[in-house]
Amino acid sequence: MNPYLVPGLVAVVLVTVGIGVYGLRFARTTSDFLVASRSVSPAWNAAAISGEYLSAASFLGVAGLILRYGVDVLWYPVGFAAGYLALLLFVAAPLRRSGAFTLPDFCQVRLGSPLLRRLASVFVVFIGCLYLVPQLQGAGLTFTTVTGGSYAWGALLVGVVVTANVALGGMRAITFVQAFQYWLKLTALAVPVIFLALQWQSDGRPHVAPPAGTAFPAATSVVIEQDALVDGVAVKAGTQLSFDAGDPVPAVSTVDARFDADWLLPGGDGSLFATYSLILATFLGTMGLPHVLVRFYTNPDGASARRTTLVVLGLVGTFYLLPTLYGVLGRIYTPQLLMTGRTDAVVLLLPEAALGGGHLGKLLGALVTAGALAAFLSTSSGLLTSVAGVVFTDVLHAGRSGSVRDFRLATVLAASVPVLLSLYLSNMDVSQVVGLAFAVAASSFCPLLVLGIWWRGLTDVGAVAGLLAGGGASIAAVLITVLGPPLDGWLADAVGQPAAWTVPLAFLVMVAGSLLTSRRIPSDVGATMLRLHAPESLRV
Amino acid sequence: MAADDQTEPDTATGVTVPRRTRVVLGEAAARRRPADRARADLAEQTPVGEALVKGLVRAQLALALRLALVVVTGLGALPMLFAVAPGVAGVKVFGVYLPWLLLGVLSFPFLIGVGWAYVRWAERNEQDFIALIRRPEQ
Repeated sequence: MNPYLVPGLVAVVLVTVGIGVYGLRFARTTSDFLVASRSVSPAWNAAAISGEYLSAASFLGVAGLILRYGVDVLWYPVGFAAGYLALLLFVAAPLRRSGAFTLPDFCQVRLGSPLLRRLASVFVVFIGCLYLVPQLQGAGLTFTTVTGGSYAWGALLVGVVVTANVALGGMRAITFVQAFQYWLKLTALAVPVIFLALQWQSDGRPHVAPPAGTAFPAATSVVIEQDALVDGVAVKAGTQLSFDAGDPVPAVSTVDARFDADWLLPGGDGSLFATYSLILATFLGTMGLPHVLVRFYTNPDGASARRTTLVVLGLVGTFYLLPTLYGVLGRIYTPQLLMTGRTDAVVLLLPEAALGGGHLGKLLGALVTAGALAAFLSTSSGLLTSVAGVVFTDVLHAGRSGSVRDFRLATVLAASVPVLLSLYLSNMDVSQVVGLAFAVAASSFCPLLVLGIWWRGLTDVGAVAGLLAGGGASIAAVLITVLGPPLDGWLADAVGQPAAWTVPLAFLVMVAGSLLTSRRIPSDVGATMLRLHAPESLRV
Repeated sequence: MAADDQTEPDTATGVTVPRRTRVVLGEAAARRRPADRARADLAEQTPVGEALVKGLVRAQLALALRLALVVVTGLGALPMLFAVAPGVAGVKVFGVYLPWLLLGVLSFPFLIGVGWAYVRWAERNEQDFIALIRRPEQ
């Protein structure tokens, strides 16, 4: 095993807990715990939002997808970043001015309906869990890949560290922890990529998609884990195949991957519908993710919320330049992953594969693994804080005056379900589940926020109907994808990438329902609009 | 603002009726009257105040929609373009195929540029609104 690995991982955990404890010294009241007493500067806040947002799906999943499918999946990083632009254009400043801490709070402020508030809480917990489970699974898979240890220990370890940190330090500590973790993640990908690019230069700049087909860079042996057809020849599970340097990489029937022009040029075998559905889900889903919105409350006013979002867009955009390079270089140096299907591990394995097993390769390998650990820790901390916040206010009915002990109880409650789920669901596909979480958020909270902020005519009945129709349809699609049988043809696209029809459905039902019940428009809608849109300096 | 509840409306002649104000030390005298008026319009949701807020919301929404349209045409048209004209996707710039360059690199500065323009113009809209409230007679 890599000798630098354990010190690196221990350092990340210690610094995370250390900053958490340091933050605890300042966290005295419940307000400190929940919203850092609104005293966080935009630069810290933007780094914290970015650190929280860049999850296992971004750090490991994007590079893995690019290694496997090529140019078509570049829409994932573009969409993950563009989601912040949609958030900036339609939500950031008015949401901050509404004074809402969570999405259910926003429902309360805008429409004053207890039923809508409860429904929104259910969606927050569902999306939070849907997003938290794959983070813990990613942690378990990384643990297995890097140390050879058991999956359950990796998932459990990250689960316990995150729960302890959120329960003890609350939001104040989380802000500093997240900001630190953004820079750690950026460094962990940016420094190795410099050495990888130099190595590629000194190897004579090998072609990423050579005309003769993808080939092994060195002698490699691959163990086939399931019965499969390798280049049309049946191979039993457990067979070890050996290849020499320069041998072409064969296609394995159990692993979905693209080769040659399909990989290099757009339009492979994915349909236009699936591409647009993915674009819609990622562009509009970000604003509906519960852990993203909670952060905006820590800005002092609407204008700074806007500026913070712009800085986030810059930080996240910078980060997403890097995973593409890992995916592309993985095509040259780790093509065996295309046979085993463990493409998510490309970021972890590439430094040693390209630079050799010397000290440099091992050191950089430990660095990217530490970055991956930071990715699991930060995103799951943010998710847990927001889910715990909703459990705290809406399930325990503690309100803002609730005690710190209640918040800790809420944290443990909110953490236990996803941790248990992640132990039992070990074979769900990480990037796909994250994509589904975006689709649910885009078809439930996006219409609610956009219509609630910009349209006076929204009513509580319309909002409830829209949430149930759009959110319900997308949740049904998620459950069928995760639990149901495999589907074929257009039905597979419509269920696997549901956003293209569930988002318009949610908007349509919300508008129609509101128009039909226009007598229920809240009488204070004018005052609410003033509060959402007028600059704070005019507060009367 | 308990004092505002007692404000009387303008007469038809346009002459301002002296308004009953609760004076607390010198605070009221320090405030300028026109600003008071517009602020009161806002606070009380008079038709004037309502129109002012609607104007601001409309301006900000129009700005957001216009910039969203820029992104939708700029990025959203790409999958269609590559599907309709596959030749475009095969073009190489600096040895890199165009779709990789557009999506993997150039889309991020493009998004940041649009965001930067939005922040600038949205703040200008708000400053115009503040100026309108502070000096309604000019």
